[in-house]
Amino acid sequence: MPATEAVPAPEPASPPRLRWMTAEVREIIDETPRVRSLMLHLPEWPGHKPGQHVDVRLTAEDGYQAQRSYSIASPPQAGMVTLTVERLTDGEVSSYLAGDVRAGDKFELRGPIGGYFVWTAGLGGPLFLVAGGSGIVPLMAMLRQRAAAKSDVPATLLYSSRAYEDIIYRSELDGLALHGVSVQHTLTRAQPAGWQGLSRRIDRAMLESVGFTPEQRPRIFICGPTPMVEAAARDLRDLGHAPNLIKTERFGPTGR
Amino acid sequence: MSEPPISRGFRGRGRSGQSARVPPGQHLVTDFPVLSAGPTPEADLATWRFTLEDGESPIAEWSWDQFEALPQTDLTVDIHCVTTWSKLDTRWRGVSIDTLLVAAGLSEPPGPFVLVHSEGGYTTNLPSEDLVDGKAMVATHFDGEPLHPEHGGPARLLVPHLYFWKSAKWVRKIQFLDSEQPGFWEELGYHIYGDPWREQRYAGD
Amino acid sequence: MSLQEHDMLPLDGNAAGGLLRELFALDLTAAEITCDGCGAVAPIGAIRAYGGAMGAVLRCGHCDTAVLRLTHTPAGLWLDMHGTRRLFVAAPEA
Repeated sequence: MPATEAVPAPEPASPPRLRWMTAEVREIIDETPRVRSLMLHLPEWPGHKPGQHVDVRLTAEDGYQAQRSYSIASPPQAGMVTLTVERLTDGEVSSYLAGDVRAGDKFELRGPIGGYFVWTAGLGGPLFLVAGGSGIVPLMAMLRQRAAAKSDVPATLLYSSRAYEDIIYRSELDGLALHGVSVQHTLTRAQPAGWQGLSRRIDRAMLESVGFTPEQRPRIFICGPTPMVEAAARDLRDLGHAPNLIKTERFGPTGR
Repeated sequence: MSEPPISRGFRGRGRSGQSARVPPGQHLVTDFPVLSAGPTPEADLATWRFTLEDGESPIAEWSWDQFEALPQTDLTVDIHCVTTWSKLDTRWRGVSIDTLLVAAGLSEPPGPFVLVHSEGGYTTNLPSEDLVDGKAMVATHFDGEPLHPEHGGPARLLVPHLYFWKSAKWVRKIQFLDSEQPGFWEELGYHIYGDPWREQRYAGD
Repeated sequence: MSLQEHDMLPLDGNAAGGLLRELFALDLTAAEITCDGCGAVAPIGAIRAYGGAMGAVLRCGHCDTAVLRLTHTPAGLWLDMHGTRRLFVAAPEA
């Protein structure tokens, strides 16, 4: 869903106390067979920055509670919070959020959380985003903010997925590619007939050929499974990128 | 403070009433989850040592070959992690703490408490009597295979009647003490003893 | 290998952000920690976190010293930072 230009969410003067709010599911979008986006109604939402996440807490009828963290997929301009959740094998929370949940269902949420893994177009670029699986979510919030701000900061996304049908936000990314974002997909497990993109795990040679040069001093954000994030960060440092320009967010298991 | 909203249709994992073998608040798993407080150390069997200490004084030390030459014990037990998973009928092989004490020339533990030390700095504590009379071993094999590093190999403590954080991975030393000294998680609010059947997860439970 | 939701690969200080916000008035994920073991400096968000559902154990990327340990128990929150020599938080933008 393309981000719409709305009134920018207000920046709080001082950080608000983090408290649990009730979110109601308004709309559900099936992104891929295992991934679903939930658009949430949150009247007390204080606004957020791309890259931040929320904690979600579910309460069962017997009082049992479970809590997980999810990156915010929507840009601040959207005025609402969208989460994108991958259904994990045996996942008690993800099987609910990316499975049983229906419009009108409620759960608790607190946020926004995070000040390290954050980017807005105002910070400048160029911007190099490296995503593995559901690690695309916070990076998509950044690209959506860039688009909504009509920014021309040069941006490149390198996105690793298992197979074509696992690419989250696929058609929206095709659209961004027509508006100044260089999108490079790599499919690690299976490629469709006639596939013109890359077809192996992210490695140093790929990062070098796809990304900006160290002299261009790109701001780099890497998000995905821990081994992929750490390998990419190390490769980019070895290629000469300044360590303080490389920011990482490690996700837990992606079910791959 | 208002009640949290119920998330319709959320049930969470099956919890109570599964079986008399599942302690309160636990659910059964068939895989073997991995949880660590630090990175998995690289095993070097040539330099591996296991030590018993009385306070600061070493009592006995074994190299890997010496340890493997000790009488082995097989144990099939249920294990319970404080993070709520339980796994039934896990098969282990190793050296019981009773065997270690005999091999060290001791008829009983030299102190009422122990602090267990692992490679990488992890520690846990328990009363000495919870280690003896067949209740605990230093395990080197799981399910018929050498213990995988992720699960504590080459050797971990196994104390199945307590929550599994007491079964210290990558164990290197058992230190007998006169007074109780809280270990890594016990210092941070986890229960000093940790009996799953009394649901002693946190201090004060 | 297919990972289950309860398999806990190490995450990082970003994942501890919510817990830290229960304790501190500011976001700390961008705060820079100086390791007491080796002097290395890193933002909390970049530091590997172990411990899974038991708690957050943030370990220095150079020497594995536990620079921050955090648990959330029914009695309250525990924070051990004896592995941190110094912490720096930049002033918020005007």
